[in-house]
This record gives sequence, structure tokens and C-alpha cells, in this order.
Amino acid sequence: MTIPNLVGAGLIVIGGGLGLGKIGGSAMDAIARQPEAAGKIQTAMIIIGALLEGLAFGALILGA
Amino acid sequence: MVFLRKSLPVILACAFAFAPLFSFANTDADSVQVTTTSLENHSGDHHAEEPQSKKEKINAYIEHHLQDSHDFTFFSDEETGKHYGFSLPVIIYDNGLKVFSSSKFHHGETVAEVEGNFYKLYHGKIYKTDAAGTIEYDEAHHPTNAKVLDFSITKNVVGLLIACVLLFLMFAGYARQFKKRGSNAIPTGFARVLEPLVLYVRDEIARPNIGEKKYKKFMPYLLTVFFLIWLLNLLGLTPMGINVTGNIAVTMCLALFTFFVTQFSGNKDYWKHIFWMPGVPVPMKIVLMPIEILGMFTKPFSLMIRLFANITAGHAVVMGLIAIVFLFQQQLSVGGSIGISFVLTLFISVIELLVAFLQAFIFTMLSSLFIGMAVEEHHHDDHH
Repeated sequence: MTIPNLVGAGLIVIGGGLGLGKIGGSAMDAIARQPEAAGKIQTAMIIIGALLEGLAFGALILGA
Repeated sequence: MVFLRKSLPVILACAFAFAPLFSFANTDADSVQVTTTSLENHSGDHHAEEPQSKKEKINAYIEHHLQDSHDFTFFSDEETGKHYGFSLPVIIYDNGLKVFSSSKFHHGETVAEVEGNFYKLYHGKIYKTDAAGTIEYDEAHHPTNAKVLDFSITKNVVGLLIACVLLFLMFAGYARQFKKRGSNAIPTGFARVLEPLVLYVRDEIARPNIGEKKYKKFMPYLLTVFFLIWLLNLLGLTPMGINVTGNIAVTMCLALFTFFVTQFSGNKDYWKHIFWMPGVPVPMKIVLMPIEILGMFTKPFSLMIRLFANITAGHAVVMGLIAIVFLFQQQLSVGGSIGISFVLTLFISVIELLVAFLQAFIFTMLSSLFIGMAVEEHHHDDHH
């Protein structure tokens, strides 16, 4: 692991964290507004989270 | 097959009873005449990495754990250099099929001689060498020795076989109940655990994503993928430490299955949306075509990477937290380091249990989503 690699990994984690935070926060808002739709919102949240995770992991592995 | 109606402990006991089958291949009971040459002349420009500090040793150990291997090693005695575990059969193709036990390699420390040819295990790969076991390197420190075609029953293959046997036993019993008692009867025994999971995959994953009319055709594939991935993830958390879903070749195969199922079930609309997107101007169609074609491949690619990276990262974190015991003994005292390591490892292990399910769920969910996109009927009367 060289220093550019580590910096890149850090940037990926920052980006992924921001994205996940946004998804989670919005999902919480939505559930608070419509508690009866919580199941559907959770499923959608997990799917989007998984897509983001795939992106971040792909970048991490290609960079390593 | 009466025991199928018994409970989970019985099935688990059977699985562990199968494990010693693979330790059969020992030195005396081998069909191929094999002699072992010890390697005392380790000197010269030896690349046998002897890890010096504790940190390097732990890193080497974690790396070794994450990779596939030709034998099960549960623990090693450093002073005597003895490894405790059992060997697995090695099957290689090198001018004819050769079968022998991996105990001949002595964990890469010796050269195995099979019918006049010499083989050496180096970083989990088998290379053809001379009698002294010399391995030549190029500038990038990669071995240049001839490789052989390796069809060995490795740790991952054993893991897959165990999962296959378990899945077969579980679902054969479940299916037999329908035959015997009709499809509306309440299942008994272990099938009672499986029923809600199967219904969950059907009602929460397949039906909403693929559609009421077409989901039935894809249920066998989705159920297989779901239970196989979940079981393999859980097997990885046992002390046997078989890291099957953390092997990129395994996840690539699973992703390829989804890719082919999606492409072959795609209807006219699906292909039209890829090659000639309806409802947009012609210059835009030309721009969109390569992007859509790329999208065909990035979807399964991300499936492959996600499963591989999640499980690999989980294993690495657990191993790293266990390593606290060895690294922080001075700062935290022996008891303290063990306590902290125990609490953190327990915490992460419980999260890993969740991840094991979540990754199986996500893989199945996204597979059904992709399949659903491919089989969807579009109505082009309305705006796009």
C-alpha cells in the first residue's frame, strides 16, 4: 500500500459515507412522514445502499 | 432418509461426520507412488518469507486465511514447526491426471515427487520444479516456473460440497413433505424453518420485482442462489474458516449465472431499450447505445465485487480484531487485551451474521431486479 493508494481509499470512504448518510437520512425522514410505508422504504433504501456499496467496493478493489 | 425429519443438530452432525472423509488421503494409503524430498538448503537468495515481527506474521496469517488452500490447517506449533489439521487430495493434470495427497507438500516446505516429476506449493499455487525445488522469479518477483492444471479438492471446494450436501438434505426433506401430505399442510421438523424463508423470497423478492405473471419461472434460480450464498456465508463464520464467498472466482460464477439468466430471458423490449432507445432523438440514441451495452456488463460485475468484497472485508476485520490479543499485550496486559478482543470480535461477529443474510438477500434482490427489467412488458402509448 503506497501513500496515493491510501489517500484514494480515504477519499472513496468519504464519498461512500456521504452517500450512505444521505440515503439513510432521507429514508428516516420518509419513514417518519409515512410510518405505514416503512417496509417499502427500507427495501428501496437497502437496494440503493447496495448499489452504492458495489460502486465503492469496485473502486477500492481496482485501486488496491 | 428417515433422519431428514429430525432436527438441525442431526443434520449438522452429519455435515461434520462428512468432514473426515476428506482427510482420507494420507501417505500410506495412496495409489500414486510419491516420495518427499526435504528442503534443507533453504539458503542462497531464498524468497521464503520468514515474517520477522509480530505484525508481519499476523498480516501473513490473515492473507493466508483469505485465500484458498490445499489443506485445512487449524493451528500450527511454531517451535516444532508442526501444523495441525488435515490434508486434502490434490488432482493435477500434467501429461496425465495425477492424484495425491497435499500432505506431500508439507505446507509448501518440501517438494513432492510424483512419477518422476517434482511439484512445489508456492503461495497456494502448484509449480513444476526440479528435485531441489528451485523457484525462479522474474523482475516483478513472480515465479516463472511452469504451472500445472490444478483440479484439486481445495478448501473452497470442500466448503461448496458441504453446502451442496446440506442444501440437498434440507430441501429434499422439505419437498418430500409436500408429496406426502399435500401442499397445504403445515410442514414439520426442519422444514418449518425453511418454509417462511422460501415464502419470503417468493413474496418479498421475486413477486414485486419480476411481476405476478412471470416470477414462477425464476423461482428455482433465485431460491438456489439465496440459500447457497447464505449457507456459504454462514459456513465462513464457523471455526473451519472456509472463505468460499470471499473467493472472487466463486462470486464471478454466481454473477455470470445471473448475467446469462437475464440475457436469455430478455424480451424484445429489453433489447430495443439497449440498442435503439425509443422515445429519444436519434443522436441521443447513438450516445445511449454504448452506455446501455456497458450497463449489461457492469450490473453482474458489481454483483461479483459486492459479495466478494463484503465477505473478504468481514473476515479480515474479524481476524484483525482477534490479533489484538497478540499485539496489545504490553499496553493492556494479557487479560485486558483478551477481554477487549473478545468484546470487539463478538460485536463484529454478530454484525457479520447480519451481513451474511443481507448479502444473500441483496444478491437475490438485485438478480430478480435485473431479471424483472429484462422481462418487463412496456406500454409505449404513454410518455417515456
